[in-house]
Amino acid sequence: MSSRFRADLPSPAKLPSQERRGRGRVGGRSDTDKPRCFGRLRRNPPLIPPFQGGGWLVALLAVLMLPACDREERDPRGKPLPEGPANLNGDPRAPEYENNAFHLAQGQRLYTWMNCSGCHATGGGGMGPPLMDDEWRYGGRMEDIVTTIWNGRPNGMPAWKGRITEQQAWELAAYVRSMTAQPRQDVLSGRSDDISSTEPATLSEREKLKAEANETLPKDEQD
Amino acid sequence: MPRPAPFAYLVPRRRPGPSAAGTGSRPSPGSRKATTGLLLFLAPTIASCEGIQAIGPRDGAESAAISDLFTIFLVVTLLFYAAVIAFLVSAWWRRRGERQDGLSEHKADTSDAALNKALILWTGAVILGLTGLTLASYLTDRAIARSVPAGEPVLSVEIVANQWWWDIRYHFPDPSKNVRTANELHLPVGVPAMIYLKSNDVIHSFWVPNLAGKQDLIPGKLTDAVLVPRRTGQYRGQCAEYCGVQHAHMALDVTVESKADFARWLATQQRPAPAPANPLERAGYDYVTTRECSSCHAIAGTSASGQVGPDLTHLIGRRSIAAGTYPMTRGHLYAWIADPQSAKPGNYMPVVGLDAEQLHAIVAYLETLK
Repeated sequence: MSSRFRADLPSPAKLPSQERRGRGRVGGRSDTDKPRCFGRLRRNPPLIPPFQGGGWLVALLAVLMLPACDREERDPRGKPLPEGPANLNGDPRAPEYENNAFHLAQGQRLYTWMNCSGCHATGGGGMGPPLMDDEWRYGGRMEDIVTTIWNGRPNGMPAWKGRITEQQAWELAAYVRSMTAQPRQDVLSGRSDDISSTEPATLSEREKLKAEANETLPKDEQD
Repeated sequence: MPRPAPFAYLVPRRRPGPSAAGTGSRPSPGSRKATTGLLLFLAPTIASCEGIQAIGPRDGAESAAISDLFTIFLVVTLLFYAAVIAFLVSAWWRRRGERQDGLSEHKADTSDAALNKALILWTGAVILGLTGLTLASYLTDRAIARSVPAGEPVLSVEIVANQWWWDIRYHFPDPSKNVRTANELHLPVGVPAMIYLKSNDVIHSFWVPNLAGKQDLIPGKLTDAVLVPRRTGQYRGQCAEYCGVQHAHMALDVTVESKADFARWLATQQRPAPAPANPLERAGYDYVTTRECSSCHAIAGTSASGQVGPDLTHLIGRRSIAAGTYPMTRGHLYAWIADPQSAKPGNYMPVVGLDAEQLHAIVAYLETLK
């Protein structure tokens, strides 16, 4: 065992710099300065045990984990934000719904409940246009999708105004946008809340598909 | 130092001197506290023996069979427990006053013959007891499985669990007689009811303790339970598998009634909703069938045909609102529709934001759905 980790063992050859460092630290005692160090300890009590050594790291990690508490913040009554139609010049509600895992999951539920799949299937499109590609006829921002859901669009998209609540329209829009995996990965659901034959839109799934596609390439083109 | 008498620690220690005589046999405050604590601890267990949601009463064929089995297990295991404690006490008694270093003048009789006989008897009793319990379990299980005799007419009920309510569908050979209701199960007494259990979202558990044991409802899988109610009465079921924030507010009102009463109830349920009679009801009807309500709720005989929420066709005839959250009263109906999220936070009925006139009209119309 090296003397670096057992500072209380008498070291055979002590460098002056080592001794200086040892004196300044709570645990760094050496045989020469023992009495002095004890005296200092009595005057300045040592740090409480949880914050010695690795304790700081754990506390820091705990603090870093706190922001995750927002992720699934549930707000069943809706946000106290301006009501009315979506403001097309950057509505403050858009990020509130888009960056919240709970609202995304609710949107997924509503997508089934309101039979969106009747025309759009599970996002691949049918009678209605696909929702999981990057082509948007009436705009792909949250505000545009909410407007589409709320007021309807020509050739079949019904207006849901008065049929669902405004909050539900925002939740649906957030889920529709998540089909293309545009939202933050950390708010995407790892599983479906409903029975569903489709895989959840998580990053790992896309990575898997990418890896599979890579395998089909000729050897010299693989990465 | 004098050696303490054997079992000295078992005898309540008396304070020496004349004061000991004065205290008499009154229990010390400590022991009274302990007795009160024990009674307080046992009191809630007594509460589960009777009532509308209890495992004690023998109101159904299965609960009666399980109750008998429980009594058998209790008696047999108590006998064996008493025997074990008796052995332990006799072992203490035999070695009383003996020194640990083996130098005692008094020696216990440790002859092998008597011990061997006792051991053989004990082993025989254990084998007999375990075999008996196994047999009792097996016979009870078979009896429950036979509780629906082949060929006998049964009532077929499909129960679909949702977060956090029960969707109840009665199926009949003539599909026009089918009935859909919610959070309320009516059963005729003495008629076996075949309950088919499904789940729409997560795992729930169907549990009407007065009638039968638990059965899980698993998404994508069909499970079943057989209820053979023996006594008329009102019971309470409860989801018995944690299923989300409002798991506690997922109750099921069960009514076991005579066959005639059940037929009357069924005839009521098979009728469509009546047409609105006055302008206020008409306004409520218009709102319910054309706005947010009809996206999720169905009312037979109207254009409201949502399949997501509970069927409202005979709402007012039910005992409670929102799976046992509120009793069915006018005031609670107002409270529920105005703000479902304050009564049952997190449930999937949204706050629509109705104004007072709309609310009055909706409640007036819903009150006609008897």
